[in-house]
Amino acid sequence: MIKESKINHDQGNIWRTPVNYERFPKPKGKIHIFPERCKECNYCTNYCPNEVLERSTSVNVYGYHPVRVKKGKEDSCVACGMCQTICPDFAIFVTEVRQ
Amino acid sequence: MTSLEFHPKHQYVREERFPHVWCPGCGLGILLQSYIGAVEKSGIPQDNHVLVSGIGCTARIPGYVNMDTYHTTHGRAIPFATGIKLANPDLKVTVISGDGDLFNIGGNHFIHAARRNMDLLVICSNNFNYGMTGGQHGATTPPTSKSASTPYGNIEPAFNLPHLAYALGASYVARWTVMHPRQLVKSIKTAMEVKGFAFIEVLSPCPPNFAKFNGFADGFEEMEFYRSNSIVRNEAKLDDISIDPFHGKPVVLGDFVNRKRASYVTLERELIKKSMEGSR
Ligand SMILES: Cc1ncc(C[n+]2csc(CCOP(=O)(O)OP(=O)(O)O)c2C)c(N)n1
Ligand code: SF4
Ligand code: SF4
Ligand SMILES: [Mg+2]
Repeated sequence: MIKESKINHDQGNIWRTPVNYERFPKPKGKIHIFPERCKECNYCTNYCPNEVLERSTSVNVYGYHPVRVKKGKEDSCVACGMCQTICPDFAIFVTEVRQ
Repeated sequence: MTSLEFHPKHQYVREERFPHVWCPGCGLGILLQSYIGAVEKSGIPQDNHVLVSGIGCTARIPGYVNMDTYHTTHGRAIPFATGIKLANPDLKVTVISGDGDLFNIGGNHFIHAARRNMDLLVICSNNFNYGMTGGQHGATTPPTSKSASTPYGNIEPAFNLPHLAYALGASYVARWTVMHPRQLVKSIKTAMEVKGFAFIEVLSPCPPNFAKFNGFADGFEEMEFYRSNSIVRNEAKLDDISIDPFHGKPVVLGDFVNRKRASYVTLERELIKKSMEGSR
Protein backbone atom coordinates (compact mmCIF):
# COMPACT_ATOMS: atom_id res chain seq x y z
CA MET A 1 0.00 0.00 0.00
CA ILE A 2 2.78 2.47 0.85
CA LYS A 3 5.64 0.48 -0.63
CA GLU A 4 6.93 3.39 -2.73
CA SER A 5 7.90 5.42 0.33
CA LYS A 6 11.34 3.89 0.92
CA ILE A 7 13.39 5.63 3.52
CA ASN A 8 16.15 7.76 2.12
CA HIS A 9 19.22 7.09 4.22
CA ASP A 10 21.50 8.86 1.80
CA GLN A 11 21.51 12.29 3.35
CA GLY A 12 24.12 13.43 0.84
CA ASN A 13 21.27 13.70 -1.64
CA ILE A 14 19.58 16.37 0.43
CA TRP A 15 22.35 18.26 2.18
CA ARG A 16 25.71 19.44 0.97
CA THR A 17 28.56 18.00 3.09
CA PRO A 18 30.17 20.90 5.00
CA VAL A 19 33.76 21.56 3.95
CA ASN A 20 35.08 21.17 7.51
CA TYR A 21 33.00 18.01 8.11
CA GLU A 22 36.01 15.78 8.80
CA ARG A 23 37.31 18.05 11.54
CA PHE A 24 34.37 17.38 13.81
CA PRO A 25 34.55 14.24 15.94
CA LYS A 26 31.58 11.96 15.39
CA PRO A 27 29.99 10.59 18.54
CA LYS A 28 30.40 6.86 18.97
CA GLY A 29 27.80 4.57 20.43
CA LYS A 30 27.77 1.11 21.94
CA ILE A 31 24.64 -0.93 21.34
CA HIS A 32 23.22 -3.17 24.05
CA ILE A 33 20.61 -5.78 23.15
CA PHE A 34 18.36 -7.93 25.33
CA PRO A 35 17.87 -10.79 22.83
CA GLU A 36 15.12 -12.45 24.86
CA ARG A 37 12.91 -9.32 24.62
CA CYS A 38 13.20 -8.70 20.89
CA LYS A 39 10.05 -9.53 18.89
CA GLU A 40 11.54 -8.96 15.48
CA CYS A 41 9.32 -6.00 14.59
CA ASN A 42 12.18 -4.55 12.55
CA TYR A 43 11.59 -0.96 13.64
CA CYS A 44 15.20 -0.48 14.76
CA THR A 45 16.66 -2.14 11.68
CA ASN A 46 14.56 0.11 9.43
CA TYR A 47 14.90 3.39 11.31
CA CYS A 48 18.61 3.27 12.20
CA PRO A 49 20.03 6.09 10.03
CA ASN A 50 23.33 4.24 9.59
CA GLU A 51 21.81 0.81 8.95
CA VAL A 52 23.84 -0.72 11.74
CA LEU A 53 21.38 -3.43 12.76
CA GLU A 54 20.03 -6.60 11.20
CA ARG A 55 17.94 -9.60 12.20
CA SER A 56 20.13 -12.46 13.39
CA THR A 57 19.83 -16.08 12.38
CA SER A 58 19.68 -17.29 15.97
CA VAL A 59 16.34 -17.82 17.68
CA ASN A 60 15.33 -16.69 21.16
CA VAL A 61 13.14 -18.72 23.55
CA TYR A 62 9.97 -17.19 22.07
CA GLY A 63 10.96 -18.10 18.51
CA TYR A 64 11.98 -14.63 17.33
CA HIS A 65 15.23 -13.75 15.57
CA PRO A 66 16.66 -11.00 17.76
CA VAL A 67 18.52 -8.14 16.13
CA ARG A 68 22.30 -7.85 16.14
CA VAL A 69 24.97 -5.45 14.92
CA LYS A 70 25.94 -6.10 11.30
CA LYS A 71 29.41 -7.45 10.61
CA GLY A 72 31.63 -4.55 9.61
CA LYS A 73 29.28 -1.98 11.21
CA GLU A 74 30.69 -2.33 14.73
CA ASP A 75 32.08 1.21 14.66
CA SER A 76 29.25 2.87 12.73
CA CYS A 77 26.86 3.70 15.56
CA VAL A 78 26.76 7.45 16.25
CA ALA A 79 24.68 7.15 19.43
CA CYS A 80 21.64 8.97 18.01
CA GLY A 81 19.40 6.75 20.15
CA MET A 82 16.79 6.15 17.45
CA CYS A 83 16.68 2.36 17.98
CA GLN A 84 16.22 2.82 21.72
CA THR A 85 13.45 5.38 21.22
CA ILE A 86 11.51 3.41 18.62
CA CYS A 87 11.85 -0.08 20.16
CA PRO A 88 8.45 -1.00 21.62
CA ASP A 89 10.02 -3.81 23.64
CA PHE A 90 12.79 -2.11 25.66
CA ALA A 91 15.06 -4.63 23.90
CA ILE A 92 17.83 -2.29 22.79
CA PHE A 93 19.67 0.73 24.15
CA VAL A 94 22.71 2.77 23.35
CA THR A 95 25.44 4.25 25.50
CA GLU A 96 27.84 6.86 24.22
CA VAL A 97 31.49 5.78 24.22
CA ARG A 98 33.92 8.43 25.40
CA GLN A 99 36.68 8.84 22.84
CA MET B 1 26.52 -8.06 27.73
CA THR B 2 26.64 -8.71 31.44
CA SER B 3 23.63 -9.32 33.65
CA LEU B 4 24.51 -6.11 35.49
CA GLU B 5 23.26 -4.06 32.56
CA PHE B 6 19.85 -2.47 32.87
CA HIS B 7 17.79 -0.52 30.41
CA PRO B 8 18.29 3.24 30.96
CA LYS B 9 14.61 3.53 31.96
CA HIS B 10 15.07 0.75 34.52
CA GLN B 11 14.00 2.93 37.44
CA TYR B 12 10.57 3.54 35.89
CA VAL B 13 9.59 0.12 34.55
CA ARG B 14 8.94 -3.26 36.09
CA GLU B 15 11.60 -4.89 33.95
CA GLU B 16 11.10 -8.27 35.59
CA ARG B 17 7.75 -8.48 33.74
CA PHE B 18 9.36 -8.20 30.30
CA PRO B 19 8.90 -9.35 27.60
CA HIS B 20 5.52 -7.62 27.79
CA VAL B 21 2.24 -9.03 26.43
CA TRP B 22 1.93 -6.85 23.32
CA CYS B 23 2.25 -8.19 19.76
CA PRO B 24 5.39 -7.69 17.66
CA GLY B 25 5.22 -4.17 16.24
CA CYS B 26 2.47 -3.01 18.60
CA GLY B 27 2.96 0.70 19.27
CA LEU B 28 2.02 0.52 22.94
CA GLY B 29 5.60 -0.11 24.07
CA ILE B 30 6.62 3.17 22.43
CA LEU B 31 3.78 4.98 24.20
CA LEU B 32 4.91 3.41 27.49
CA GLN B 33 8.45 4.60 26.88
CA SER B 34 7.22 8.09 25.91
CA TYR B 35 5.11 8.39 29.06
CA ILE B 36 7.98 7.47 31.36
CA GLY B 37 10.25 9.75 29.34
CA ALA B 38 7.87 12.59 30.20
CA VAL B 39 7.65 11.51 33.86
CA GLU B 40 11.45 11.63 33.99
CA LYS B 41 11.53 15.14 32.50
CA SER B 42 8.52 16.45 34.45
CA GLY B 43 10.45 17.43 37.56
CA ILE B 44 7.65 15.86 39.61
CA PRO B 45 8.97 13.06 41.86
CA GLN B 46 8.15 9.56 40.61
CA ASP B 47 6.20 8.91 43.83
CA ASN B 48 3.83 11.80 43.12
CA HIS B 49 2.75 10.41 39.75
CA VAL B 50 -0.22 8.04 39.53
CA LEU B 51 -1.21 6.16 36.39
CA VAL B 52 -4.72 4.77 35.84
CA SER B 53 -6.17 2.67 33.03
CA GLY B 54 -9.37 0.84 32.13
CA ILE B 55 -9.43 -2.42 30.19
CA GLY B 56 -7.78 -3.37 26.90
CA CYS B 57 -4.31 -3.86 25.47
CA THR B 58 -3.50 -0.19 26.14
CA ALA B 59 -4.79 -0.56 29.67
CA ARG B 60 -1.97 -3.00 30.38
CA ILE B 61 0.54 -0.11 30.29
CA PRO B 62 0.30 0.77 34.02
CA GLY B 63 1.22 -2.84 34.85
CA TYR B 64 4.72 -2.15 33.55
CA VAL B 65 5.22 1.20 35.22
CA ASN B 66 7.14 1.19 38.49
CA MET B 67 4.98 3.56 40.55
CA ASP B 68 1.45 3.74 41.97
CA THR B 69 -0.71 2.41 39.14
CA TYR B 70 -4.30 1.23 38.83
CA HIS B 71 -5.78 -1.15 36.28
CA THR B 72 -9.50 -0.54 36.79
CA THR B 73 -12.74 -1.74 35.13
CA HIS B 74 -13.74 -1.26 31.49
CA GLY B 75 -14.47 2.38 30.67
CA ARG B 76 -14.11 3.59 34.25
CA ALA B 77 -10.51 4.82 34.39
CA ILE B 78 -11.59 8.49 34.47
CA PRO B 79 -13.94 8.13 37.49
CA PHE B 80 -11.21 6.24 39.40
CA ALA B 81 -8.67 8.89 38.47
CA THR B 82 -11.07 11.68 39.45
CA GLY B 83 -11.46 10.11 42.88
CA ILE B 84 -7.70 9.87 43.33
CA LYS B 85 -7.21 13.49 42.29
CA LEU B 86 -9.96 14.86 44.55
CA ALA B 87 -8.76 12.84 47.54
CA ASN B 88 -5.17 13.97 47.03
CA PRO B 89 -4.85 16.99 44.74
CA ASP B 90 -1.05 17.03 45.12
CA LEU B 91 -0.72 13.94 42.94
CA LYS B 92 -0.18 14.13 39.17
CA VAL B 93 -2.85 11.77 37.91
CA THR B 94 -2.67 10.43 34.35
CA VAL B 95 -5.07 8.11 32.56
CA ILE B 96 -3.76 5.98 29.68
CA SER B 97 -6.35 3.84 27.98
CA GLY B 98 -7.60 2.68 24.61
CA ASP B 99 -10.00 4.34 22.18
CA GLY B 100 -12.64 1.71 22.88
CA ASP B 101 -12.27 2.05 26.62
CA LEU B 102 -12.31 5.86 26.70
CA PHE B 103 -14.76 6.64 23.90
CA ASN B 104 -17.11 3.70 23.50
CA ILE B 105 -17.97 2.21 26.88
CA GLY B 106 -16.39 5.13 28.77
CA GLY B 107 -17.45 8.03 26.55
CA ASN B 108 -19.78 9.60 29.05
CA HIS B 109 -17.08 9.85 31.70
CA PHE B 110 -14.79 11.54 29.22
CA ILE B 111 -17.30 14.23 28.25
CA HIS B 112 -18.07 15.15 31.84
CA ALA B 113 -14.45 15.18 33.01
CA ALA B 114 -13.60 17.52 30.12
CA ARG B 115 -16.68 19.67 30.76
CA ARG B 116 -15.67 20.10 34.42
CA ASN B 117 -12.08 20.75 33.38
CA MET B 118 -11.08 18.08 35.88
CA ASP B 119 -7.35 18.18 36.69
CA LEU B 120 -6.36 15.04 34.81
CA LEU B 121 -4.15 14.14 31.90
CA VAL B 122 -5.92 11.67 29.63
CA ILE B 123 -3.86 9.91 26.96
CA CYS B 124 -5.85 7.83 24.48
CA SER B 125 -4.03 5.24 22.42
CA ASN B 126 -6.10 5.16 19.26
CA ASN B 127 -5.53 2.01 17.22
CA PHE B 128 -8.98 2.45 15.61
CA ASN B 129 -10.36 -0.79 17.05
CA TYR B 130 -10.89 -3.04 20.04
CA GLY B 131 -7.44 -4.63 19.87
CA MET B 132 -7.72 -6.94 22.83
CA THR B 133 -10.94 -8.64 21.78
CA GLY B 134 -9.96 -9.28 18.17
CA GLY B 135 -10.28 -6.04 16.24
CA GLN B 136 -13.95 -5.04 16.27
CA HIS B 137 -14.91 -1.54 15.10
CA GLY B 138 -16.02 1.29 17.36
CA ALA B 139 -16.58 5.03 17.49
CA THR B 140 -13.02 5.77 16.34
CA THR B 141 -12.84 3.40 13.35
CA PRO B 142 -12.26 5.51 10.20
CA PRO B 143 -14.95 5.54 7.48
CA THR B 144 -14.84 2.61 5.01
CA SER B 145 -12.00 0.90 6.85
CA LYS B 146 -12.29 -2.79 7.59
CA SER B 147 -12.36 -4.50 10.95
CA ALA B 148 -13.44 -7.84 12.40
CA SER B 149 -17.00 -6.49 12.62
CA THR B 150 -17.01 -4.36 9.44
CA PRO B 151 -15.68 -6.84 6.86
CA TYR B 152 -17.29 -4.86 4.01
CA GLY B 153 -16.10 -1.51 5.29
CA ASN B 154 -17.28 0.81 8.05
CA ILE B 155 -20.32 2.93 7.15
CA GLU B 156 -20.14 5.03 10.32
CA PRO B 157 -18.32 8.33 10.71
CA ALA B 158 -15.67 8.39 13.45
CA PHE B 159 -15.19 10.75 16.38
CA ASN B 160 -12.78 13.59 15.75
CA LEU B 161 -11.25 13.35 19.22
CA PRO B 162 -9.27 16.63 19.46
CA HIS B 163 -12.31 18.58 18.23
CA LEU B 164 -14.51 16.78 20.74
CA ALA B 165 -12.14 17.47 23.64
CA TYR B 166 -11.81 21.14 22.67
CA ALA B 167 -15.57 21.64 22.32
CA LEU B 168 -16.09 20.11 25.76
CA GLY B 169 -13.67 22.55 27.37
CA ALA B 170 -10.33 20.77 27.73
CA SER B 171 -7.45 23.08 28.64
CA TYR B 172 -4.90 21.18 26.54
CA VAL B 173 -5.44 19.16 23.35
CA ALA B 174 -2.87 17.41 21.14
CA ARG B 175 -2.56 14.57 18.67
CA TRP B 176 0.63 12.62 17.87
CA THR B 177 1.56 9.13 16.75
CA VAL B 178 4.06 6.66 18.17
CA MET B 179 6.06 7.34 14.99
CA HIS B 180 6.74 10.79 16.55
CA PRO B 181 8.12 9.72 19.94
CA ARG B 182 10.18 12.84 20.61
CA GLN B 183 7.30 15.23 19.94
CA LEU B 184 5.09 12.93 21.98
CA VAL B 185 7.37 13.07 25.04
CA LYS B 186 7.41 16.87 24.80
CA SER B 187 3.66 17.01 24.47
CA ILE B 188 3.07 14.72 27.47
CA LYS B 189 5.50 16.76 29.55
CA THR B 190 3.72 20.00 28.60
CA ALA B 191 0.35 18.43 29.34
CA MET B 192 1.59 17.44 32.79
CA GLU B 193 2.08 21.13 33.59
CA VAL B 194 -1.48 22.05 32.61
CA LYS B 195 -4.07 22.99 35.22
CA GLY B 196 -7.31 21.34 34.25
CA PHE B 197 -8.17 18.70 31.70
CA ALA B 198 -5.43 17.75 29.23
CA PHE B 199 -6.04 15.33 26.39
CA ILE B 200 -3.58 13.70 23.98
CA GLU B 201 -4.65 11.34 21.21
CA VAL B 202 -1.85 8.97 20.17
CA LEU B 203 -2.22 6.95 16.98
CA SER B 204 -0.63 3.54 17.37
CA PRO B 205 -0.25 0.55 15.04
CA CYS B 206 -2.11 -2.68 15.75
CA PRO B 207 -0.49 -5.17 13.35
CA PRO B 208 -2.80 -8.21 13.79
CA ASN B 209 -6.05 -6.21 13.58
CA PHE B 210 -6.29 -2.74 12.05
CA ALA B 211 -3.13 -3.24 9.98
CA LYS B 212 -4.03 -6.70 8.77
CA PHE B 213 -7.64 -5.81 7.88
CA ASN B 214 -6.61 -2.71 5.95
CA GLY B 215 -3.78 -3.93 3.76
CA PHE B 216 -0.71 -3.12 5.82
CA ALA B 217 1.63 -6.12 5.85
CA ASP B 218 2.92 -5.41 9.35
CA GLY B 219 3.47 -2.78 12.00
CA PHE B 220 6.30 -1.22 10.04
CA GLU B 221 3.99 -0.48 7.09
CA GLU B 222 1.50 1.16 9.41
CA MET B 223 4.34 3.19 10.98
CA GLU B 224 5.48 4.21 7.51
CA PHE B 225 1.94 5.24 6.73
CA TYR B 226 2.00 7.65 9.70
CA ARG B 227 5.44 8.89 8.75
CA SER B 228 4.56 9.69 5.17
CA ASN B 229 0.88 10.67 5.51
CA SER B 230 0.93 12.95 8.52
CA ILE B 231 1.48 16.69 8.68
CA VAL B 232 2.12 18.85 11.72
CA ARG B 233 -0.25 21.83 12.02
CA ASN B 234 -0.39 23.29 15.50
CA GLU B 235 -2.85 25.95 14.32
CA ALA B 236 -5.18 23.54 12.52
CA LYS B 237 -8.91 24.22 12.56
CA LEU B 238 -10.02 21.37 14.75
CA ASP B 239 -13.27 20.64 12.91
CA ASP B 240 -11.17 19.88 9.81
CA ILE B 241 -8.95 17.21 11.32
CA SER B 242 -11.11 14.11 11.44
CA ILE B 243 -9.12 10.99 10.59
CA ASP B 244 -10.05 9.71 7.15
CA PRO B 245 -6.83 8.17 5.84
CA PHE B 246 -8.35 6.00 3.13
CA HIS B 247 -9.61 8.93 1.07
CA GLY B 248 -6.30 10.71 0.62
CA LYS B 249 -6.68 12.94 3.66
CA PRO B 250 -3.43 13.51 5.56
CA VAL B 251 -3.43 12.87 9.30
CA VAL B 252 -3.05 16.22 11.06
CA LEU B 253 -0.86 16.21 14.17
CA GLY B 254 0.15 18.92 16.60
CA ASP B 255 -0.17 20.62 19.96
CA PHE B 256 -3.48 22.26 19.13
CA VAL B 257 -4.80 23.87 22.31
CA ASN B 258 -3.20 25.16 25.51
CA ARG B 259 -5.58 27.61 27.17
CA LYS B 260 -6.38 28.83 30.65
CA ARG B 261 -9.76 27.89 32.07
CA ALA B 262 -10.62 27.54 35.76
CA SER B 263 -9.99 23.95 36.74
CA TYR B 264 -12.30 21.86 38.92
CA VAL B 265 -9.79 21.38 41.72
CA THR B 266 -8.98 25.10 41.84
CA LEU B 267 -12.68 26.03 42.08
CA GLU B 268 -13.33 23.32 44.63
CA ARG B 269 -10.47 24.45 46.89
CA GLU B 270 -11.65 28.06 46.65
CA LEU B 271 -15.17 27.03 47.55
CA ILE B 272 -14.01 25.00 50.55
CA LYS B 273 -11.87 27.89 51.76
CA LYS B 274 -14.74 30.36 51.42
CA SER B 275 -17.25 28.15 53.16
CA MET B 276 -14.80 27.48 56.03
CA GLU B 277 -14.59 31.23 56.50
CA GLY B 278 -18.35 31.24 56.84
CA SER B 279 -19.21 33.20 53.69
CA ARG B 280 -21.39 31.89 50.86
C1 LIG C 1 -17.74 -4.55 30.90
C2 LIG C 1 -16.88 -5.16 29.86
N1 LIG C 1 -17.34 -5.24 28.59
C3 LIG C 1 -16.58 -5.78 27.63
C4 LIG C 1 -15.32 -6.23 27.91
C5 LIG C 1 -14.49 -6.86 26.81
N2 LIG C 1 -13.40 -6.01 26.39
C6 LIG C 1 -12.16 -6.17 26.85
S1 LIG C 1 -11.04 -5.12 26.16
C7 LIG C 1 -12.27 -4.43 25.20
C8 LIG C 1 -11.97 -3.33 24.21
C9 LIG C 1 -10.74 -2.58 24.41
O1 LIG C 1 -10.55 -1.72 23.34
P1 LIG C 1 -9.61 -0.47 23.47
O2 LIG C 1 -9.97 0.31 24.67
O3 LIG C 1 -9.60 0.25 22.17
O4 LIG C 1 -8.19 -1.11 23.80
P2 LIG C 1 -7.09 -1.77 22.85
O5 LIG C 1 -7.12 -3.24 23.18
O6 LIG C 1 -7.47 -1.50 21.43
O7 LIG C 1 -5.83 -1.11 23.26
C10 LIG C 1 -13.50 -5.02 25.44
C11 LIG C 1 -14.75 -4.65 24.74
C12 LIG C 1 -14.87 -6.13 29.24
N3 LIG C 1 -13.63 -6.54 29.59
N4 LIG C 1 -15.66 -5.59 30.18
S1 SF4 D 1 12.82 -2.46 17.65
FE1 SF4 D 1 13.16 -3.75 19.47
S2 SF4 D 1 11.73 -5.49 19.27
FE2 SF4 D 1 11.84 -4.45 17.27
S3 SF4 D 1 13.42 -5.61 16.14
FE3 SF4 D 1 14.47 -3.89 17.13
S4 SF4 D 1 15.20 -4.67 19.13
FE4 SF4 D 1 13.67 -6.14 18.32
S1 SF4 E 1 -3.89 -6.65 19.54
FE1 SF4 E 1 -3.18 -4.68 18.74
S2 SF4 E 1 -3.21 -3.28 20.49
FE2 SF4 E 1 -3.32 -5.38 21.28
S3 SF4 E 1 -1.17 -5.97 21.72
FE3 SF4 E 1 -1.64 -6.69 19.66
S4 SF4 E 1 -0.99 -5.01 18.33
FE4 SF4 E 1 -1.15 -4.17 20.39
MG1 LIG F 1 -8.21 0.32 20.67
